[in-house]
Amino acid sequence: MRNCWIKIFWLIVIMSFWALQGVARAGYDYIDISHPFLRKIPIAVPLFKKVSSGHETDQLSKSAPDLLAETLEFTGYFKLLDREAFLVNPQTDAAFASINFHDWTSIGAELLVTGGVLVQDNLVEIELRLYDTFKEQLLVGKRYKGRVEDERKIIRRFCSEVIYTLTGDRGIFNTKIAFVSTGTGNKEIYICEFDGYNPRQLTHTKSITLSPAWASDGQWLAYTSYAKGKPDLYIKNLRENRSYVVAKKGINTTPAWFPNKFELAATLSFSDDPEIYLLTGTGKIIKRLTYNKGIDVSPTWSPDGKSVGFVSKRSGTPQIYIKDIDSGQVKRLTFQGRYNTQPSWSPKGDKMAYSGMENGHNNIFVIGFDGQGPIQLTHNEGDNESPSWSPDGNLIVFTSTREGPSRIYVMTSYGTDQRRLLVLKGRQTEPKWSPRMVNK
Amino acid sequence: MQKKLWIILALVFIVPGLLFTVSCAKKAVKEDTSLSQQAADEAAAEKARQEELARQRAIEEARLKEEAIQKAKDNFLNEDIHFEFDSAVLTPDAQEILKTKAEWLQNNPNVKSTIEGHCDERGTLEYNLALGERRASGAKSFLVDLGIPASRLTAISYGEERPVDPGQNEAAWAKNRRCHLTIK
Repeated sequence: MRNCWIKIFWLIVIMSFWALQGVARAGYDYIDISHPFLRKIPIAVPLFKKVSSGHETDQLSKSAPDLLAETLEFTGYFKLLDREAFLVNPQTDAAFASINFHDWTSIGAELLVTGGVLVQDNLVEIELRLYDTFKEQLLVGKRYKGRVEDERKIIRRFCSEVIYTLTGDRGIFNTKIAFVSTGTGNKEIYICEFDGYNPRQLTHTKSITLSPAWASDGQWLAYTSYAKGKPDLYIKNLRENRSYVVAKKGINTTPAWFPNKFELAATLSFSDDPEIYLLTGTGKIIKRLTYNKGIDVSPTWSPDGKSVGFVSKRSGTPQIYIKDIDSGQVKRLTFQGRYNTQPSWSPKGDKMAYSGMENGHNNIFVIGFDGQGPIQLTHNEGDNESPSWSPDGNLIVFTSTREGPSRIYVMTSYGTDQRRLLVLKGRQTEPKWSPRMVNK
Repeated sequence: MQKKLWIILALVFIVPGLLFTVSCAKKAVKEDTSLSQQAADEAAAEKARQEELARQRAIEEARLKEEAIQKAKDNFLNEDIHFEFDSAVLTPDAQEILKTKAEWLQNNPNVKSTIEGHCDERGTLEYNLALGERRASGAKSFLVDLGIPASRLTAISYGEERPVDPGQNEAAWAKNRRCHLTIK
């Protein structure tokens, strides 16, 4: 019965895709509305067909589908079917043109990705296709050419096509994660790909460096560093060698970029009291955003920039508040617990993720602006802190001490599929998911 | 005959005269050395003794003074003030310690001090940076109110970045929730 509904659902989705291309963007939203992570879509990714011969073709015909499967699985939407259970091996049996969909539906696959690899003089050509096995239809097919080293780039591009076809959203495959690590003995900022691949050290301050924050264009990163002996704010262009510093008396911390503008909010305490200010991207104060004796810290913007969430101790314990910028009104958002900090506004604007402390341990919570929640996403596994949303709003990156030292983990926005992102020397803290990178 | 008489006369007068002068001169010299030498020696010894005593007293005093100064300085540098969890309120104990620190700063008018605000690891990092700032600037205001010029004091927050005790228990956390003063 359930399967039947899903089939009908899929039919509607696919029909609307074909029928209303261009008009039906809203129609893609089904994945969100239907609570995507409760039931994962079974997908088969068999080994790719070798169009050429040789060592590199052999390798790519296995590594590329593995990477593709891993990359798709990262989204939390899919259940990967075991290759052992496949009835056919497209590497030897079937050409693209002659797929017997029954071979796939009978093992439970609802989606199928096939690929072909051709290598010539270190140049590679990969053809990739996504099929709906029940509808027996090609959903998207692409051919990519590049160097052998471009394998990852090619696979990610196609994954982006897959997710776009299924959800109407380009996904997160061109995003990065910035974080802080103590691997060198000092806290420095690192950047890795969305899936933990290729972590690289960005700062070399040999001091305490904290709280990275991405601008909407992904080209500027703001952070706090003790490079000159006290916590100053640095605003750094990641492509050019340009940067600005805010080094007022006291702390210059917790930057949060205003959506789609070269402006950011940050906590400054030059008045002897930590307050939140709006600054230009070059570090000049535009205006003060909070007025309250005592701690105000950790701003987070609503996606439309009309409101700012932040932490304040104005009621005696740290709680999360929301300020409407136009009216100046401040509303308290969290009432459960005595220590709620690190707010992160969801990219869709409907929820706030934060860390809440109970019995001496922090855990990640999500609270809806419709009065829903708070829902606790992490339970009984050390301290879980620093939530940051993926730009499509489907995943949350956070830190956990569940295996001892603080490390970076990813989960779906519903708390499912919690997994470690990467293993590095030292402790990792404060992960921040980048926006989608342009021209990449 | 006459000539012989002159010689005898000369001998009678000159020889004893010579003898007299010789013995007299000898005696006077002897007298002089024995008296002045002894007095001088005694005086010098006494003076040296006194000087030595004074010197030792001075050394002792200087040592004591130095010790007191060093002790005051050590106290200033080593005695941290502590806080309750998630609080920047100065406890009565903390205020007493800060008063001693203010005294020391007043006695050492050329010294500039940095007040570091620290937190335990339990809170979250960004909030703790703000909390450490409140602790440090609160302690600074207290010292300013006691007459220490603000220009001699710098407040800096380290949040939870620099614990003194890496332990994960209340004893360690209590030690880590502190303001530590250093001098420049």
